[in-house]
Amino acid sequence: MLPLKTPLTMALTLAIFTLNAYAQTPQETLAGLRQQAAETPGFQGFSATRGEQFFKSTHGNDWSCATCHTQNPTVSGKHAKTSKIIQPMAPAVNAERFTDQAKVDKWFKRNCNDVLDRACTPLEKGDVLTYLMSLK
Amino acid sequence: MNMKHTILIAALLAAPTVQASGGGESFAATQPKWKAECSSCHIAYPPKLLPAASWKTMMGSLDKHFGTDASLDAAATTEILAFLEKNASRRKPEPSAKPVLRFTETRWFQSEHDEVSARLWKDPRVKSPSNCAACHTKAENGDFNEHNIRLPR
Ligand code: HEC
Ligand code: HEC
Ligand code: HEC
Repeated sequence: MLPLKTPLTMALTLAIFTLNAYAQTPQETLAGLRQQAAETPGFQGFSATRGEQFFKSTHGNDWSCATCHTQNPTVSGKHAKTSKIIQPMAPAVNAERFTDQAKVDKWFKRNCNDVLDRACTPLEKGDVLTYLMSLK
Repeated sequence: MNMKHTILIAALLAAPTVQASGGGESFAATQPKWKAECSSCHIAYPPKLLPAASWKTMMGSLDKHFGTDASLDAAATTEILAFLEKNASRRKPEPSAKPVLRFTETRWFQSEHDEVSARLWKDPRVKSPSNCAACHTKAENGDFNEHNIRLPR
């Protein structure tokens, strides 16, 4: 093997390794939600516009999703109560987002409970993710 | 249980209250699951800050955690509680009916901070006494040493 090739191969292997560090892509996470939403009668696909509206509105309680994740999810947010910095939600600027199913499920459960006093439906989650994935 | 037993047990419980204090306190105990799960909304508060009974109560009601849902699956809850109990404070709990959940309201916390002015507690960069990192620059590593304090100004 040429000496030059070695660093290149190493770099490539590293790149592939880094990609594989995430269990799934946001697209795969969205596909999973689409499968669940398709079981509801009348499902016509997800909407980024609906997702944005859901994300930025309150639903009976003091907080909206945007209270902690900001009106612009491509920048860092701040926990409404503790002031701890929260990394951006849009996968385009934060590659870790929506790549770990258990983490996604855990936080949808908690945060929907805080904001809506109930779980979010697959349609609501899919709309929100579609909105977040539309941000560049 | 008779009177004598009660007194004996009370004495035993009170005994280990003598503890290193003021600078020598170590908050170094750590555990991966605890570090990952209990540091997403605030720094992971060291187990030493509360007695075991308080941690047990808190871990049993994570879905209603100071006005927010911090629920975890059963396996993670059990694993984290074991770590918290093992490294909990051995100070005699303050006499009160219910276990203390907010250590920032304990006399210990307040006396460590009696030099902090009321104005500073209300500074928007601090907002709440629970926001340790606003003043303790290495709070994330359980380091509250006075050399690593920087007050917002
Ligand atoms: C009180 C503050 C707060 C509110 C309100 C809030 N979140 Fe969150 N959210 C957090 C925190 C803290 C995290 C975890 C920290 C992190 O991952 O950076 C998080 C993480 C998430 C994640 C995990 C994403 C991933 O894959 O990393 C999702 C999904 C999420 N929030 C959705 C929502 C939705 C939907 C709403 C509105 C219904 C909402 N959040 C409202 C604080 C909040
Ligand atoms: C979903 C967000 C969230 C998660 C996850 C979370 N907490 Fe909290 N915690 C809070 C909020 C909000 C407060 C109240 C902060 C305030 O009022 O300043 C709080 C306060 C506390 C306090 C009291 C601090 C004081 O003022 O004395 C303790 C102790 C605590 N949490 C322990 C834990 C432990 C242990 C875990 C992990 C099992 C955990 N927290 C996970 C949101 C969270
Ligand atoms: C507004 C700033 C501020 C905040 C917020 C704050 N502290 Fe402190 N802390 C101080 C100051 C000032 C001292 C006193 C140092 C001294 O005695 O000279 C101190 C002392 C301490 C000490 C004793 C250190 C020693 O070496 O004796 C501990 C332990 C401690 N703080 C823990 C905490 C914890 C845990 C939190 C969060 C729950 C917290 N503090 C939040 C400012 C703060």
